[in-house]
Amino acid sequence: MKLKHTTVFAALLAGAGLAFAADAPVIGLITKTDTNPYFVTMKKGAEAQAAKLGAKLLTAAGRIDGDNAGQVTAIENMVAAGAKTILITPSDAKAIVPSIQKAQAQGVMFIALDSPTDPVSAANALFATNNYTAGELIGQYAKAAMAGKPVKIAMLDLFPGNPVGAQRHNGFMKGFGMAAADAKSNELSTNPAIVCSADSYGDQAKGQTGMENCLQKDPGINLVYTINEPAAAGAYQALKAAGKEKGVLIVSIDGGCKGVENVKAGVIAATSQQYPLKMAAMGVEAGVTYAKTGKKVQGYTDTGVTLITDKPLAGVSSRDTKYGSDMCWGNK
Amino acid sequence: MTKTSRLPPVATLGPLIALLLAVIFFATQSGRFLSVQNFSLILQQVMVVGLIAIGQTLIILTAGIDLACGAVMALGGIVMTKLAVNSGMNAYLAIVCGLLVTMAFGLVNGLLVTRIKLPPFIVTLGTLNIAYAITQLYSGAQTITGLPPAMTFFGNTFRLGHAEVNYGAVLMLVLYLFMWWGLRETQPGRHVYAVGNNPEATRLTGIATDRVLLGVYVTAGLFYGIASLVSVARTGVGDPNAGQSENLDAITAVVLGGTSLFGGRGMIVGSLLGAVIVGVFRNGLTLMGVASVYQVLITGILVILAVTTDQLSRKGAR
Repeated sequence: MKLKHTTVFAALLAGAGLAFAADAPVIGLITKTDTNPYFVTMKKGAEAQAAKLGAKLLTAAGRIDGDNAGQVTAIENMVAAGAKTILITPSDAKAIVPSIQKAQAQGVMFIALDSPTDPVSAANALFATNNYTAGELIGQYAKAAMAGKPVKIAMLDLFPGNPVGAQRHNGFMKGFGMAAADAKSNELSTNPAIVCSADSYGDQAKGQTGMENCLQKDPGINLVYTINEPAAAGAYQALKAAGKEKGVLIVSIDGGCKGVENVKAGVIAATSQQYPLKMAAMGVEAGVTYAKTGKKVQGYTDTGVTLITDKPLAGVSSRDTKYGSDMCWGNK
Repeated sequence: MTKTSRLPPVATLGPLIALLLAVIFFATQSGRFLSVQNFSLILQQVMVVGLIAIGQTLIILTAGIDLACGAVMALGGIVMTKLAVNSGMNAYLAIVCGLLVTMAFGLVNGLLVTRIKLPPFIVTLGTLNIAYAITQLYSGAQTITGLPPAMTFFGNTFRLGHAEVNYGAVLMLVLYLFMWWGLRETQPGRHVYAVGNNPEATRLTGIATDRVLLGVYVTAGLFYGIASLVSVARTGVGDPNAGQSENLDAITAVVLGGTSLFGGRGMIVGSLLGAVIVGVFRNGLTLMGVASVYQVLITGILVILAVTTDQLSRKGAR
């Protein structure tokens, strides 16, 4: 991938505080990081849509997930550069709110992408995957796949207290038919069938370590829930090393291109695919509409989620990996 | 030429006592903790940090510090995997290229520290950012998959009795033994201690202190490169976001192992114990079903204890 010269140029202009010509609406996109393929894809989707609709796109990101200060700086710079709409994937849902409100007072519209602000109403609108539904889908699939066999579950979660992590975790349990907290809770529900939990931070190496320790705790684990596909790849590495990769079902969430490849290869049984390209494209479109007509978008738009698997099961609707790789995000 | 300084017993025994207490505690809490298989597992989980910590120990022994170790390791891993997978280079040659890159970073750090007399803390803060950025740009923030078998060898295991032992963990243990011998018994090893103890006095005895320091930074770079290879082998991918927690985890291991941040005092084997202590807590708490965030809390407390011990024993030694 080469550096996006247009982005760099736009960022330089923004830094110099130069507003663009009034005829092209200026739209800002602020992602959590610019190192995660998910956000890289989001940026590409926004760039393509901006080029199509004749808008100027500014992009910025925090340095790491959770870098609120970096996002605050980005908002200030984009407002200075004349952005009238800012799309943001909040790194810290609560901490970003005052900066959003300050910019809104100057007439800027905010659309939260991928995950909500806290409170949700702090942004004008939210375009995101329903993470609870994403969890429910793989939970239902796992239930059907286990076909009534006694189950021992390992949960490779994100990290404590994260709403996305909690929604996926609790959604999975609900889909599996276990009692679990609803989508509003940030607490991870428990159940006797869950014999081990570990925090993977969505990272392959940490997912592998977590799974190794879980297998040590209970070698009889036969179902693994993973927060995302890198964590799933790590879990598979650990299972393979223990010679258990055949008898254990791994389910995951995200639908990145590498993840879909792993579904095709049989590493992951099923994954819930989400659509960052669509979120970004819809966001840019709403920004252009606001610039041209003054009409703001409002409320929550579910950008949809699809279960991707090559072993469809009765009672759970899914699409195959061909569809999955056509629609996937990240580098193929 | 001064002999290798004898450590006060408390600094040597501190990490060992902490490790034993932790092992005893977890053995009472989980029936699955006390087994050869589980200890082999812990070693394989700490081998990447353990290998980085060898290089970090060398630098800290000279009263320096390297904040960039994890970032340099990540860059080495991306260089190796990308050359082998995307450029079709021979796997062994690609590994050598990765090692050369990490050693080049060591050389740059060493030159800035010795020639321009910059503080290591600031130099490596700079190279941390540079290495991170190059890693992201070179990889396009994409994970590299489909590695050749030569690159994943150190992730494989062999059977030893009832346990699966990891080749990478064995490599780490062998390298620790080698460096322990090298620092104690060879002249360059003793020079490392001497430069850390008193650089001015060492220079006056006719030892080329700058050359010793440069050697230390380049050798550290070599160990980061070996860590790159082992890290890549363990996960089976080239991960551009690897190494971010290792920057500080390696320093933590060295400090927990009783090596003094003031230079000139400490044991390389202590760093291995330090890395293992962190691994024991992570593994033990998971087996107990306790959230891993407590491991972070305990690690923080142990770091403070270790530094306090070092400070008190320095006072006592005067």
